[in-house]
Amino acid sequence: MVRPCVICDKERAVVKRPKTGQKVCRECFYYVFETEIHNTIIDNKLFKKSDKVAIAASGGKDSTVLAHVMKLLNERYQYGLELFLLSIDEGITGYRDDSLETVKRNQQQYELPLKIVSYSELYGWSMDQIVKEVGLKNNCTFCGVFRRQALDRGAVMLDVDHIVTGHNADDIAETVLMNILRGDIARLQRCTEICTTGEGCIRRSKPFKYTYEKEIVMYAYFKKLDYFSTECIYSPNAYRGHARTFLKDLEVIRPSAIIGEAFEVKKEVKLPIQGVCKRCGYMSSNELCKACVLLEGLNRGLPKLGIGKTQRMRKVHGDMPRDTAIIPHFNRIQISNGNYDDSNKPNEELQKNNKIDQG
Amino acid sequence: MSLIKVKLSFSGGMELLFNNIKQKHIEISSSINPPNATTMKDLVCKFNFTILIKISDNLLKERPELFMSGDTVRPGILVLINETDWELEGELEYEIKDGDDIVFISTLHGG
Repeated sequence: MVRPCVICDKERAVVKRPKTGQKVCRECFYYVFETEIHNTIIDNKLFKKSDKVAIAASGGKDSTVLAHVMKLLNERYQYGLELFLLSIDEGITGYRDDSLETVKRNQQQYELPLKIVSYSELYGWSMDQIVKEVGLKNNCTFCGVFRRQALDRGAVMLDVDHIVTGHNADDIAETVLMNILRGDIARLQRCTEICTTGEGCIRRSKPFKYTYEKEIVMYAYFKKLDYFSTECIYSPNAYRGHARTFLKDLEVIRPSAIIGEAFEVKKEVKLPIQGVCKRCGYMSSNELCKACVLLEGLNRGLPKLGIGKTQRMRKVHGDMPRDTAIIPHFNRIQISNGNYDDSNKPNEELQKNNKIDQG
Repeated sequence: MSLIKVKLSFSGGMELLFNNIKQKHIEISSSINPPNATTMKDLVCKFNFTILIKISDNLLKERPELFMSGDTVRPGILVLINETDWELEGELEYEIKDGDDIVFISTLHGG
């Protein structure tokens, strides 16, 4: 069967693009894949010249391809960005320790500085310890809340302007669906934005917003990129899994189902106002941010404190005792100077500061 | 009717469904459903019944839904035949030839 590439009309087509149905050869596939991401970056004015940008790197397919493409486009189009890899070590033996090895190889391959921030360092708890305490039911809540804040804190340590994440079109479609099913109006509006900024916080964007997962995996396969693909040992991730299966089934029938734009919430609808956590200074729409409440629960032996009826539990168990360890204040994060690989040492200085801060 | 050699590869997390086997050379009949030539459909169905049991101690027989959906490969698992997207090769209708290199890549893992 003769089937030339629809772009160059010379080479044999090897990929059917889900977005357009185009049949393209390997070289043209690379070209359109990379160029579309470049166009996304330019059309949305994601970066300014000489921005310092951290690539959130897990060692998985999306972030590995993101690191590769960011480095390539930065050189090809002279964005003038200073790129870093930023990884979070949740402390999951047999999962994250292996995937961090992949990130360390990526660091060598792409010659980018790498900063690893660990949950142990930041919160005094690894996910292994948290799971021992809370079991396998709500552990993903802890991990998700802690990761988001850890990335922002890592970005401050790196003194960067911007974090890019590997969220792709399929991921965003899943999140939209999950937010609809949960009735989470505030997030429904936010979750499709290509770039978000918290108050005083670092910009966060998704250069793969319009990139299909299939193409990311095909790209990684053809380019033989080194990525890690084991499922987290603690996460059945059932809810997202169902959304994912449903969307993959939809994609077979109509591939454009994956690409969607923002839902706009009417102006009259009251949305939570973003403020700052009074305990750790991180952005929060409540008096205390979720990470602080979850950590307080862990440290007081009340792991459910941040999961269910926080107010009711406070009535029974009282307020936090003064000597409970808390997260270092956001405004006191130290910028690391070139020495990025200090992730495994718990920071005793900060622990002491915590206790002073609590008054 | 004769035997044809096929190389199967599993990656992107697919190998986890197969006891971490990343590659497997198999020999199958050139006509599993005589008189028709063996197609991807025959291979994928056969997967569920014989080959898989041999290579992975019944792992997939217990949870075929991780690999199969209806009569086909589960959406989200990419298939390449001789380094070409199987969507360009007729998917289940593709007639398998001696020496074919078939790769299954999960997009459903990690990220």
